[in-house]
Amino acid sequence: MAEIMFWEAVRRAHDEELANDPMVLVMGEDVGVVGGTYKATLGLYDKYGEDRVIDTPISENGFTGLGIGASFVGVRPIIEIMSVNFAWLAMDQIFNTAAKVRYMSGGQLEAPVVIRSPGGTAHQLGSQHSARMEKVFMGIAGLRVATPSNPRQAYGLLKSAVRCNDPVIIYEHELMYNMKGEVPEQEYFHPLEGSEIVRPGRDVTLFGYNISVHWCLQAADLLSSHHGIEAEVIDLYALSPLDRAGIRDSVTRTHRVVIVEEAEPMVGVGAEVMAIINEECFFELDAAPVRVSALNMPIPYNHSLEKAVLPDANDVVEAVRGMFGV
Amino acid sequence: MKVADKKRLLREMLFARRFEERCYESYVERNIGGFLHLYSGEEACAHGVLEAADFDNDYVITSYRDHIHAIKWGADPRKVMAELYAKETGVSKGRGGSMHLFDVNNRFMGGYALVGGPFPLAAGIAKAIQMKRGKEISICFLGDAANNQGTFHESLNMAKLWNLPVLYVCENNLYGIGTRIDRSTAVVDQYKRVSAYNIPSAQEDGQDVEKVYKAATKAIKHVRSGKGPYFLELMTYRYRGHSMSDSNAYRARAEERMWSKRDPIIMLRDRLIENGQLTKKEYTEMDTEILDQIENEVIAYANESPEPHVSEVGRYVLAENDPWVRGGVQ
Repeated sequence: MAEIMFWEAVRRAHDEELANDPMVLVMGEDVGVVGGTYKATLGLYDKYGEDRVIDTPISENGFTGLGIGASFVGVRPIIEIMSVNFAWLAMDQIFNTAAKVRYMSGGQLEAPVVIRSPGGTAHQLGSQHSARMEKVFMGIAGLRVATPSNPRQAYGLLKSAVRCNDPVIIYEHELMYNMKGEVPEQEYFHPLEGSEIVRPGRDVTLFGYNISVHWCLQAADLLSSHHGIEAEVIDLYALSPLDRAGIRDSVTRTHRVVIVEEAEPMVGVGAEVMAIINEECFFELDAAPVRVSALNMPIPYNHSLEKAVLPDANDVVEAVRGMFGV
Repeated sequence: MKVADKKRLLREMLFARRFEERCYESYVERNIGGFLHLYSGEEACAHGVLEAADFDNDYVITSYRDHIHAIKWGADPRKVMAELYAKETGVSKGRGGSMHLFDVNNRFMGGYALVGGPFPLAAGIAKAIQMKRGKEISICFLGDAANNQGTFHESLNMAKLWNLPVLYVCENNLYGIGTRIDRSTAVVDQYKRVSAYNIPSAQEDGQDVEKVYKAATKAIKHVRSGKGPYFLELMTYRYRGHSMSDSNAYRARAEERMWSKRDPIIMLRDRLIENGQLTKKEYTEMDTEILDQIENEVIAYANESPEPHVSEVGRYVLAENDPWVRGGVQ
C-alpha cells in the first residue's frame, strides 16, 4: 500500500471515475485549466477535455443547479464548490431540488450528484472563509453527507459517492490536503454509511470526524501516557445518516462519551450524537456526555483569537480529565 | 398549420380551460389541498410552443403552474387530477401535488416551486443532451417574474457560454404574484434583457396560438440546429389570481376585460368559424364532450383512486438498496 497525499487521493478518485464512465464530469471554479485550488483535478483538463472538466463561472447556485439537471438524464457530475462558505449560495438547488426531487416525483427522478467542498477553519481566512457547514447539510433529509479524515477515505468515499444514486455531500478539510496516508493500490470503494474504530479503548469514547479525529487521537495518546485512561476513538466519516448502531456499541463498551467537533455547538454533530445516545443507550452511561466544540461565534482574523475560538486536543484531554476527576 | 391540427389544438386548449376550471371547483370542494396555480388565459403559450416541439424526444420543465404543460407533454389528465387529489395513482404518487407534477417517461421533468429554480436545471438537461450528442432539446417555461432571480442571469450566461440546446420560454403575464411588472422590473420587455448574453430572442403575442406556433418553430429550429440557446417571450394574461389564496384585487377590472377580448380559445374558434372550418354547433358539441370526459373519466378516476399507504411514507427519500452505500459489491 502506497502513501500518498490527501489531494492526490482525491485526484486519483476523480481520474479513475472519469476514465470509468464517459458520463462522469467535473465542474467548478478553477477545476479545469488551473487544476483545482487544492489540486484535486490537476491534469484532468488536459486528459479529459473542457467538456468534461469544466471551469464554471462564479455562479454557485447556477452551476450546482446545472449539474443537478444534467444528473436527471444520465450524467454523473462531481461538483466542486471551491469553499464550503460559497455553498450557502447554492442551498436553493441543493436543498430544494437535489434533496427533494426523488421524493416529490414519487421516485421517478433522482439527482445522483456529488458535491465536494473544502471547508473548515484554515489559517486566518476570516469569518467568511472559515465556515464549518456539515451541520447544515446533515439537517436535510434526502442528502448523504460524508467527510474524510484521511487519504484512504477521501479516495474511497468519492469513488462510492460518484456511483451512488443519491446526492452526496463530501466535506473535506482545507488543512488536510497535504496530509499523507496509505491508500490501497487496487481500486477501493469506501462505504457511505457506518463508522470506524480508529483506536480501541475501554474507558471512554471520543467521537470525532474529519480533522477532529486527529485531535481525538492526540488526546487519546496523552490520556494514556499521562493518566492511564484508554480512550476509544470513533471516526464518524458518515454524518448523514449517522451510524446509530456504531455509536451505541461503543458507548456500551466504554460508558463514557466525549464528542469533538470543529464547529459551533449549536444544532451540531455533538448535539445529534447525544440525542442518539439518549435514544439508543442512555442507561449504559456512567457519566453525562460532554461535547468539545468551537465557541459560538464567527471566526476572527487575529491568530490568537482564532485559536481561542477553536477546540484542540488539549480541550479534549481536559474534558476527559473533568469526567474522571483526575 | 393544417386545419385538422388547428381544430385539434382548439380542442386541447378548451380541454385545458375546462380542466383548470374544474380544478377550481375541486379546490373549493376541498378535494384539492395546498396551493393551486391555474393556467386559464395562458393556454396558447404551452400549446403553441409544444406543438412545434418534438413530442417523442424533447424535454420539458416548468414552474408550479404546470398542469397544462404536463398534459400537453403526454401526462394522462386522469393521473394529473389524481395527483391533485393526492392519490397513489397520481403522476407523482400523491407525493408532489399541484406544483410538483412529474412524468419522466414522457420527458416531462417536473414542476418546481422556487421561482427561477428550473433555469439551471433546464441548462443541465441540455448539457446532458450535448454530452450524448442528441438532437433533442430542453424546453423551459417560466413566468416573467422569474427573470428577476439570479438563476436567470447565471443560467443564460452558462447556456450561451457552452452553446447548450435549451429554449427558454417566458410566459409574460404581467404580474409577479400580485406586483405588476413595471413596479418590479426595470426593463419591462423581457426579450431585451437576454441581449446582454448575446442570446437571440423574440417577443410574440401569447394569446394567438398560431403566432406562438410560428415563433416557436423558428426558435426550436435555431436551438436544434446546434446554434445554442434561444429566448422566446410570450405576452399573455392569467385570468385567475396567482394562486387560489390570491384575492386578485390588485388588477383593474378594465384591464381584465381588455384581455378577455383576446382570449386564446375564442380567438382561434372565431377564426375557424369565420373561415368556414368549424361550425358553432361543432364547437358546442366539442365543449359538451370535454365536460363529460372531465367529469366521467378524469374526476371519477381521481375520486375512486386510493390514497398512498401511510406505511410507505418513508419511501423515495433515498435510493433503495443502493450497493454503493456499502462500498459496492466486492
